[in-house]
Amino acid sequence: MQERHIDIVIVGGGGAGLRAAIAAAESARKENREQRIVMLSKVYPMRSHTVAAEGGAAAVTSAEDSLQAHFDDTVAGGDWLAEQGVVDYFIRHAHQELVQMERWGCPWSRKSDGSVQVRRFGGMKTARTWFAADKTGFHMLHTLFQTSLKYPEIERLDEYFVLDIAVADGTVAGVMVLEIATGELTLLRAKSVILATGGAGRLFRFNTNAGIVTGDGMAMAFRHGVALRDMEFVQYHPTGLPGSGVLITEACRGEGGILVNKNGYRYLQDYGLGPETPLGQPQNKYMELGPRDKLSQAFWQEQQAGRTGKFGDSDVVYLDLRHLGKEYLHERLPFICELANVFINVDPVKEPIPIRPAVHYTMGGIETDAHCETRIKGLYAAGECASVGLHGANRLGSNSLSELLVFGRLAGEQASQRVPTVPFTNSRDLKEQAQAQKTRITQLYDAEGEESWVELKRELVLSMETGCGIYREAKGMQATLEKIHELQARYRNIRLQDKSRAYNTELMQCLELGYSLDIAEATCLGALERKESRGAHKRLDDGLQQRDDANYLKHSQVFFNAEGPARLCWQEVDTHLSAPAERAYGDAGKGVKQ
Amino acid sequence: MTIKQISIQRYLPEQGSAPYWQEFDVPFDDSTSILDALNYVKEELDGSLSYRWSCRMAICGSCGVMVNNTPKLGCNSFLREYQGPVKIAPLAHFPVEKDLIIDMTLFLDHLAAVQPYLINDSGEGSDTFKQTPAQMEKYKQFSGCINCGLCYSACPQFGLNPEFLGPAALTLAHRYNLDSRDQGKKQRMPQMNREEGVWSCTFVGFCSEVCPKNVDPAAAVNQGKVESAKDMLIGIFKS
Repeated sequence: MQERHIDIVIVGGGGAGLRAAIAAAESARKENREQRIVMLSKVYPMRSHTVAAEGGAAAVTSAEDSLQAHFDDTVAGGDWLAEQGVVDYFIRHAHQELVQMERWGCPWSRKSDGSVQVRRFGGMKTARTWFAADKTGFHMLHTLFQTSLKYPEIERLDEYFVLDIAVADGTVAGVMVLEIATGELTLLRAKSVILATGGAGRLFRFNTNAGIVTGDGMAMAFRHGVALRDMEFVQYHPTGLPGSGVLITEACRGEGGILVNKNGYRYLQDYGLGPETPLGQPQNKYMELGPRDKLSQAFWQEQQAGRTGKFGDSDVVYLDLRHLGKEYLHERLPFICELANVFINVDPVKEPIPIRPAVHYTMGGIETDAHCETRIKGLYAAGECASVGLHGANRLGSNSLSELLVFGRLAGEQASQRVPTVPFTNSRDLKEQAQAQKTRITQLYDAEGEESWVELKRELVLSMETGCGIYREAKGMQATLEKIHELQARYRNIRLQDKSRAYNTELMQCLELGYSLDIAEATCLGALERKESRGAHKRLDDGLQQRDDANYLKHSQVFFNAEGPARLCWQEVDTHLSAPAERAYGDAGKGVKQ
Repeated sequence: MTIKQISIQRYLPEQGSAPYWQEFDVPFDDSTSILDALNYVKEELDGSLSYRWSCRMAICGSCGVMVNNTPKLGCNSFLREYQGPVKIAPLAHFPVEKDLIIDMTLFLDHLAAVQPYLINDSGEGSDTFKQTPAQMEKYKQFSGCINCGLCYSACPQFGLNPEFLGPAALTLAHRYNLDSRDQGKKQRMPQMNREEGVWSCTFVGFCSEVCPKNVDPAAAVNQGKVESAKDMLIGIFKS
């Protein structure tokens, strides 16, 4: 197997990975250090799922806003399960990161005086979301990618698939990668490794995510003993297109869009978000500008009550944008108009858009400290794959694009600072770890089993949706957990149809499925053991329908176990800046500290 | 659901040197995209079929293919649009690696060659540049490129000479040249002025027809020619 020595390896070329790469390069330049960076990804960087983010990125911007307000919104939005020191760092650094994006050319939407425009977003006290029409993620990703081309010291390995992290004595030693074009394996030895591999939305059947969002990095860290933290908190975005799950941005509601049930009634007023706000006058934290968990839960209630409509096979409610007018819609939400037209043949200028909730974001992830480092020295994680502790039990829309900048940069700087202070890990064991990956791939090629990844994947995503959906109960989660264990066993009996080495996309799908199965187990176990309702984790079981701070004001940590089922521990939450209080929106939120 | 027969151009270099066509029966309804059809073939009929895809919402730019000889994104083209036969092949003018997967190396090299990033010597700052909506309007359309490569498959000149920087790269250069915050035009013009720069374009305009995001690369390249002519004329007077 080939072997190379690289100072920093960054796994993933989305927003967090690119921001980390640039920060690492800048760090070394400032200190006149030579430093080799490899950023690798299973796709070309501009294909990364950051590209699909639409609505915007949050940072305190206007004179009437305050850092305290962004802090309070984020902590309350996360139902007090966020790490408050981390939130505090985040809200203080978000603005400068968005400014930096502007200075790299990001085409943020503007006010007539040439300053940056902000829009309203759910769960935020005031308008603080920067946006580039409704293609914010696209513009951020391309700006970062294009800017990264200025740095020849960032070597890109496009379409390389990571098989495993190399670890020796609790310290990261590199990664084993497979070149997709040839099937060849390489051991990239490194002093620092940053995981920026995105979320795991593809664990669920109905989701807004790209096909690549399979949680690979989470599973790799997990298998090496890093905790997956708060995995039970899976965000359903309230507005996905029926059939495909294609995302319809929250910015639609920030701009004044309303949600109605099949009777044309603005049902959100019945779920603690009212009173009804006048048409065309959206009000922060009221009605359609409530947080995502509450809106998705309200959909489920309407569905149970038989007040949802039908689009094809899907139960839907309706997002009405018509009162905003053609000109405004085409200026602020052009991509939404295009998507609705192409995928369901609806023109939002003339008709309400049928929508339903879809799995969108993984709040939990690879446990890191406040500096993005995991419990493996030199192994960092940033962006959606990480659980640095920003989002708690529910992420507020537009916090994640800012997150990947703030923590991508921090991870890049930390990884770079480490480089001059440590030698390359020199362990005989590395060769064995690399060899083990080679053996694993050979065995997959040679396996004569009876199972196909297609069937296993279908059973997994259906079971996750059934057992770990918007509302959950013990019986359903138990059945899903058993199904996952069954699928893990069957996975060992898998067979590839495609035996070729070059661009074996079936092999990739198989490996991704293996990763997904482990993460699904962590997600389901966390959900089963969290015997309360908090944020996006909502239980139907008797006695568990409320938040229970006495027992569960804690992070779940799930640990991998090669010999049997994963095990779960609980970890204290940092609440030193804001004591847990009631989480309320609409008029009920008046006077509540938030 | 009704059944449609689709033909896919296969190329499996480890098994044989020549591409061949293979037919598959695919069930479809009004919502079935070309990408859905490919996924159906891979999952149900032949796991060895190889192609790229990711977002399935026409923003990541992965899934470009030729459908009946026209470059398309698989995810936003639908079987319902085709009454007769449907023939799916890899994007034209690029080397084919396997089945529908093309080699993107040259495309990325061309992008990087035009220095597609904001060049401004004002250094780090704690505040944004000012840019009015009117100033942004000048380049906004040209900033919408998703790097899917369809325009290169549509461009006869790129087909004849792969060294031609091509529609997407020239559009990106023009996008930054038009940006009121940018000072890098002088650095980019030598690339634009080359024979393989704007002057290779014969203004067929097919690039703009196939662009799935209405970026209009033909307009960008044509405006680039005007800029290039001015730049070269100034060069003559200065020398």
